Amino acid sequence: MQLIDKLRALAADPDFRHGARDMASPSLGLAAWGLVTGVTMVKSGLSIPLAMGMSLLVFAGSAQLTALPLIASGAPLWVLLATAFCVNLRFVIFSAQWRSYWAHLPRWRRLLSGYVAADLNFVYFVKRYPDPVPVPGQQRYFWGGVAVNWPTWQACSFAGILLADRIPPHWGIGFAGVLALLGLSYSLLTEKLLWWVAVTAGAVSIATYALPLKLNILCAIFAAGAVGWWLDTRKARA
Amino acid sequence: MSDAMTWVALFGLAGISVLTRSFFMIGEKPLPIPDWLRELLKVAPLAALVAVVAPEIFMTQGQLITTWQDARWPAAVAATAYYFWRKGILGTILVGMAVMLPLKLGLGW
Repeated sequence: MQLIDKLRALAADPDFRHGARDMASPSLGLAAWGLVTGVTMVKSGLSIPLAMGMSLLVFAGSAQLTALPLIASGAPLWVLLATAFCVNLRFVIFSAQWRSYWAHLPRWRRLLSGYVAADLNFVYFVKRYPDPVPVPGQQRYFWGGVAVNWPTWQACSFAGILLADRIPPHWGIGFAGVLALLGLSYSLLTEKLLWWVAVTAGAVSIATYALPLKLNILCAIFAAGAVGWWLDTRKARA
Repeated sequence: MSDAMTWVALFGLAGISVLTRSFFMIGEKPLPIPDWLRELLKVAPLAALVAVVAPEIFMTQGQLITTWQDARWPAAVAATAYYFWRKGILGTILVGMAVMLPLKLGLGW
């Protein structure tokens, strides 16, 4: 009874609802991506229980998609884990920012929050709280987003696993996920300077696309950071 | 890989998810975060998004697209136009897909 009351209070909480609402807007794209990831897991040879287990345990689309061919080819475990680590390096960068909001929480809460914090959670959170300081309501905002993001991803991933043989790949439904990220990128272009940052990131990502382990994304972040820093100092001097 | 070994691998990958996503939060004491990383953090979300999106729109199998008969760029243009007109992400997705699917399935682009 107590738990139900607590959940009811949480569902009525304005910060929690705000987090959930923000996360609902790209959820169609997220759903398409979850579906495609689910289909891919089965197509690459995982059994249905393994594919479901992967979705529930790993909960990281890009790392999952990268790991699949390695699992299929029987690569050594350390290669698999090192590869996933590299693909997830952007999260290492994000975690430095999470720390400034969450340093006061007990360790298990920090690790749990980190584990469920996917890209979209990070993007919306820093958009809502641009100053890296703890503020009341932040945790509820975060968990509101998770309450939409996690079940949507898992449900659609499961749907993909079960419907793997019925969804024609040439429809290209995964593109809905790309469109969601495109809209989200535009919503972050709050000042002129950031357009140059975005153009740099896009161009460098394409130019370095041939690198293994999705390292092009890391190259793009570093190049964009350098351009942002250069434009910032130029503006400060002018 | 045997089923048992694959389960071991999946738990290992879950560990990597926790490790990378909470990397700088694991210790009680803050790891020193260098100034350049602080600068990087300001643009990291935007840069990471664009870095994922750009190749998905402009490349096919690792090569820049060389034909204009590709359903993705008109879809991206339509989605962009919608975004700057109305600002909603759900609408951006719907408009983009409404342009892409007929071109792809109807004209085979």
